[in-house]
Amino acid sequence: MKELAAVLGVGQTRHRSKRTDVSIAGLCREAADRALLDAGLALTDIDAVVVGKAPDLFEGVMMPELYLADALGAVGKPLLRVHTAGSVGGATGLVAASLVQAGLHRRVLAVAFEKQSESNAMWALSIAPPFSLPVVAGAGGYFAPHIRAYIRRSGAPSHIGAMVAVKDRRNGALNPYAHLQQADITLESVQASPMLWDPVRYDETCPSSDGACAVVIGDSEAAEASQAPVAWIRATAMRSEPTMFAGKDHVNPRAGAEAAAALWRQAGITDPLDQIDVAEIYVPFSWYEPMWLENLGFAAPGEGWRLTEAGETRIGGKLPVNPSGGVLSSNPIGASGLLRFAEAALQVMGKAGAHQVPGARTALGHAYGGGSQFFSMWVVSSTPR
Amino acid sequence: MTEAAVVGFAQSPCGVREDATTSGVEMLVPIFAEVFGATGLTKADIGFWCSGSCDYLAGRAFSFVSAVDAIGAVPPAMESHVEMDGAWALYEAWVKILTGEAEIALAYGFGKSSGAELRRVLALQLDPYLLAPLWPDSVSVAALQARLGIEAGRWTEKDMAEVAARSRAAALANPRAQVSGEVAVSELLGRPYVAEPLRAHDCAPVGDGAAVVIIASAERARDLCARPAWITGFAHRIDSGSLGARDLLAVPSAAAAGRAAGADGVEVAPVEVAELHAPFTHQEILLREALGLGGGVTVNPSGGALCGNPMFAAGLARVGMAAQAIMSGQAGRALGHATSGPALQQNLACVMEGR
Repeated sequence: MKELAAVLGVGQTRHRSKRTDVSIAGLCREAADRALLDAGLALTDIDAVVVGKAPDLFEGVMMPELYLADALGAVGKPLLRVHTAGSVGGATGLVAASLVQAGLHRRVLAVAFEKQSESNAMWALSIAPPFSLPVVAGAGGYFAPHIRAYIRRSGAPSHIGAMVAVKDRRNGALNPYAHLQQADITLESVQASPMLWDPVRYDETCPSSDGACAVVIGDSEAAEASQAPVAWIRATAMRSEPTMFAGKDHVNPRAGAEAAAALWRQAGITDPLDQIDVAEIYVPFSWYEPMWLENLGFAAPGEGWRLTEAGETRIGGKLPVNPSGGVLSSNPIGASGLLRFAEAALQVMGKAGAHQVPGARTALGHAYGGGSQFFSMWVVSSTPR
Repeated sequence: MTEAAVVGFAQSPCGVREDATTSGVEMLVPIFAEVFGATGLTKADIGFWCSGSCDYLAGRAFSFVSAVDAIGAVPPAMESHVEMDGAWALYEAWVKILTGEAEIALAYGFGKSSGAELRRVLALQLDPYLLAPLWPDSVSVAALQARLGIEAGRWTEKDMAEVAARSRAAALANPRAQVSGEVAVSELLGRPYVAEPLRAHDCAPVGDGAAVVIIASAERARDLCARPAWITGFAHRIDSGSLGARDLLAVPSAAAAGRAAGADGVEVAPVEVAELHAPFTHQEILLREALGLGGGVTVNPSGGALCGNPMFAAGLARVGMAAQAIMSGQAGRALGHATSGPALQQNLACVMEGR
């Protein structure tokens, strides 16, 4: 039967376009050390390590966890390497949680990273294997048509995407770890930035970052021994579906909706908009905020943009979304999902600093990947039940 | 603790598969049908799916994504992936059963090792700053390990050839093997070196393949299989990634994983059969010792990885073959072992028993 599990500590690197000051191991260790410090633990307290990252071609290292075993203190311990496309950071947190929930380990370290400056992500995403649909335009070119479909379906006004970008970048300026620090960004400046993949403008796109994130997850005994507040894992969900199939809805994917429904059920949440205090949602292109608000059940289909337009997703609104600055402010791809999960934990621990949502007790962490087909999420809260 | 058992196993023929792409789909669809046929299950019965594969083998990013097509994941499935051998996917599936989130789980692994020069590709698993730029390929790294053992008096080239001859003879009974046959040790020793002291027979053949294992909770296992292979111990460990910092003649991660899984028979009854994932002959000798297997244990009745080593499926196939020995009634207790990384860096042990 499932044991209780909680986040005991959270750590992340300062995310930058090029972290030439550290190796891949140094980057991961920076995040792991901060998470251990936050939890008041040492590497020797850790029973198992879970490593997550997006495609190995992003660094040009095959299965880098083999080389990272020493830096992560995993020698002599179990080490698992997760890879579920863009959702991998979230999946890494969930696999680590399941090792505790299964009763196998007391304290597990989850580390997710990407050091994009080591290779070229655009190249890695553009290799055309035989008999497969080439995605030669990178991620932006792939997702732009789905955003256009959303705008047409919902009738959302064209400034919604720019509003999300302004909010997330200003939130990012409150977060010292965020890659982009743009406190002065305005709706006008976003709308004046170059069009990359219609309707996605330069300022509505995630950056390419070097960065890592780590969390320590422990069982109830470890949580109760903790001196600092912990974030209890109330519910977890993962769902996958193929990239393409007859009836696939790229705007409102069934896998995401079913994962969310399972998540809310498990957490005992009947009205997510009312019962969730803050949400960290994987938004690599600004328009994905209203799209995922609908997919997750915070708003009815076609209505998500109204929450954004009314300012309800700002800190202080009904449902603050991405107070950390989100993927739009930092995007070390493999770590981006775990950063969402970690920020959700930080918020309910009350340790989010200048981007803290006052009184946050229950939070969502969300990640997605592939062609809107892999979803992972968790709900954390300040109390175990 | 919740118990789980292996209830089904299938593997594709090992070999260079001109008909199969790097997505794995062509190799997976037939073995999914085979394992579903044997257990009477359908995809709708699977509560959790987990796969093991590697982008570097496929030469592209996100290679596992197309494999999801082999599942037919509509409606959506609870699914995950490890960039590791499928044996670790089975471990994750086992964890899911223990949490109670799934009652039946399916793990699969696949790899098209023949797509490029495998020994060169595997060099990229080494330290990317200090070692990989020198391109020490996987066969050469294993040869260093074999040479150390010979110089330390742990084994001879003849001992190594005996492992190969025994494995190939055993593989005559395994229709999915890539290599098999009766061959004299003296004849093998007359053949040229590939990387001294390794000859071709000391190295696993390069081949493509896939494997699938289904596990179920105690409540479901007996309905699905007349004699389930109950998992009594399942553990894995990793050693240092720095070849210079490791004693290449000790495999502490295999010893620790074996001990944690009860493979050594110290605290529980010893295993009768062991399927060891040893891609090089001398590594079988090292693993027998590290895992504490006595002389009475039948090792690699399938022929082992030396007779078929589809990367990222071969470890899962070892666990599957060990389970098969129990499900068929041939063994009471069996060990399935998997390895990953240069020179046996990472090791997994799964001990199963029939009841």
